Amino acid sequence: MMEPQVIAPISVGEVVQKAQQAKKDGCRLVLISCTKIGDDFEIIYTYEKDLKMTNFRITVKQDTEIPSISSVYFGSFVYENEIHDLYGLPVKGINIDFKGTFYKTAVKHPFSVTITKEKKEGDA
Amino acid sequence: MSKQITIPFGPQHPVLPDPIHLDLVLEDETVVDAIPTIGYVHRGLEKLVEKREYTEYVFIAERICGICSFIHSQAYVQGVEQIMGLEIPERAQYLRTIWGEYSRLHSHLLWLGLFADSMGFESVFMNSWRLREHILDDLEATTGGRVIQGVCKVGGVKKDIAPEKLDEMLKGLKTLEHELAELTDVFLFDSSMKHRLKGVGKLAKEDAYYLGAVGPTARGSGIDIDMRSTGYAAFGKINFKPVVEHDGDCYARCAVRAKEMFTSIDIIEQCIKKIPDGPVDMKVTGAPDGEYFSRAEQPRGEVIHYIKGNGKKNLVRHRVRTPTFTNIPPLVTLLKGVELADVPVVVLTIDPCIGCAER
Repeated sequence: MMEPQVIAPISVGEVVQKAQQAKKDGCRLVLISCTKIGDDFEIIYTYEKDLKMTNFRITVKQDTEIPSISSVYFGSFVYENEIHDLYGLPVKGINIDFKGTFYKTAVKHPFSVTITKEKKEGDA
Repeated sequence: MSKQITIPFGPQHPVLPDPIHLDLVLEDETVVDAIPTIGYVHRGLEKLVEKREYTEYVFIAERICGICSFIHSQAYVQGVEQIMGLEIPERAQYLRTIWGEYSRLHSHLLWLGLFADSMGFESVFMNSWRLREHILDDLEATTGGRVIQGVCKVGGVKKDIAPEKLDEMLKGLKTLEHELAELTDVFLFDSSMKHRLKGVGKLAKEDAYYLGAVGPTARGSGIDIDMRSTGYAAFGKINFKPVVEHDGDCYARCAVRAKEMFTSIDIIEQCIKKIPDGPVDMKVTGAPDGEYFSRAEQPRGEVIHYIKGNGKKNLVRHRVRTPTFTNIPPLVTLLKGVELADVPVVVLTIDPCIGCAER
């Protein structure tokens, strides 16, 4: 089995501070991931040093303004624009802000709705 | 200061098999800034977890990319297995490692051909793709598929490789290694290649690290990041050392890929010699309840499949962070200071796979 993974919950106000601390500790930004859970959205920030991952999770509402960490990690703009375009969450202060044109989707914010349908007997 | 002009590069360009657009800001012939745009063919495959059960979703995960398809399916099932606490048979771990390295070989040979072609080096293009055919033939003979293998499943693999075939593969790899040595020597020691690639598109080690570079793009800048070092699949049981170059230029990134092909051959040979007998899959019941970041080393670098389940047949979330996606910020940085004529070559040194990034 691989190493166990822990995702520590933090508040929205701690996002930039944790990013600054991660950079100070010599971590690279691995990814920022968003998941819709009911009416809420979970955003996970993953950092890594020497193959050891450190994960932080914030849980926000659709209209919660999320601070960008692009002033700390320049490359975060790809993840932050993606979160904005797919989930419709506002991210403030992105260094390269595409303002909703990073992804050209037929449906606006397609990942902001959940359409899970479990298979029933007889379904293809 | 010269007047600045902006030149669009892509989304359709002779060196780009997939669409990516770069707004190149130039002063005279020198790039001073580059603004990337992707999203032209974003498929939203991750959303399909809501319509497909976690066991069926392997087929979709594998189709994220037509080049590194096998490792996508491997990373996905590996994540599900971790959440479910499954210890799959050891033989299946070795088989996944073998097929994963075959995928790396065919991807690097594909890149070598395309890269050589972009510079007019047609003999390298033809020979690398000729050698790639042997790899694809072995993949087809052992899995049934040349591009999409379809052999990974939650709990192991669907097919085994007979001992006679493993011996045959071993012999084939010896021949390949010899031919590959000739090919990469011609490529890496050619004076025109060196002239075009050395000192061009430099990415400093610190920039590569903090900008999120992975795979040969990071290793070409002296960063020893390779997910195979985490020991997933059978990598923990074999001797393996990542290829690292330190110059950070186009030549270094090319040299990493060229040398990695020999590492892949060595890994496969070790696996074939060590592979234990036994079953290749196990019975799986229930559904994943939990979350996991599954990491694997694609030909272009670290891929992450984040999987979250709630005990039902449909996953709550499947999120894929592909290597090309995270190599975009480093690309933007290394293009600064490059001559306009070198941009196509520099872009190809990160081996962009937009199909993956537009999962």
